[in-house]
Amino acid sequence: MSEVKKFLYVNRRAPYGTVYALESLEVVLIGAAFDQDVSLVFMDDGVFQLKKDQNSEASGMKNFSPTFNALGDYDVNKIYVEKESLEARGLTMDDLMALTYEDEDDDWAEKSSMHLVSADEIRDLMEESEVVLSF
Amino acid sequence: MLHIVNKSPFEKDSFSSCMGHAKADSTVLLIEDGVYAALKGSAVEGDLSKAKVVALQSDVAARGIEGNLAEGIDLVDYADFVDLVANGDGVQSWV
Repeated sequence: MSEVKKFLYVNRRAPYGTVYALESLEVVLIGAAFDQDVSLVFMDDGVFQLKKDQNSEASGMKNFSPTFNALGDYDVNKIYVEKESLEARGLTMDDLMALTYEDEDDDWAEKSSMHLVSADEIRDLMEESEVVLSF
Repeated sequence: MLHIVNKSPFEKDSFSSCMGHAKADSTVLLIEDGVYAALKGSAVEGDLSKAKVVALQSDVAARGIEGNLAEGIDLVDYADFVDLVANGDGVQSWV
């Protein structure tokens, strides 16, 4: 087995206007098969990807937001949301999907994957990461 | 005149530029990522009072923000969209 690296996926785009958000999620899910140390950051318009209550039926687009719920099953459970980005958009963590995972080291207790962080903390996450992928 | 904005106000300046140039009795239609300009309590909420702002319902629903809209934002459907274009005296798209 090769060395485990710290991967950081930086998501800065809204979910439907461009294909970046969907492509990022696909890459994260594919990458999850390689047992790396994965963190996801949602900042700027990327916070909209995690908005609750998305219903794209009338617009004829595919609503891929339920797929975020699968991340926990792939051991992708470090999801960081930038506080400043939420505030500028009039949103709080209550507006976002409550993504969870089951902790195998704690009798499979269900725990939150969602972490509200400041821009300063995201800067540190970026500095600590070995591979940064931006979408 | 009908103004149409389809870009996020947090990513591009087309919404703020539109609101800076629209007459008070103009209608501004938000579609696609432009609907994010209608969020209550956002950094651009102050611009919403500069003209009559409406948003395309299906794009609002897709993004899950129907419960997060500022006061006074009316939602329109595709048929209303056609009427706004057909009955108005000109359209400007802020692409």
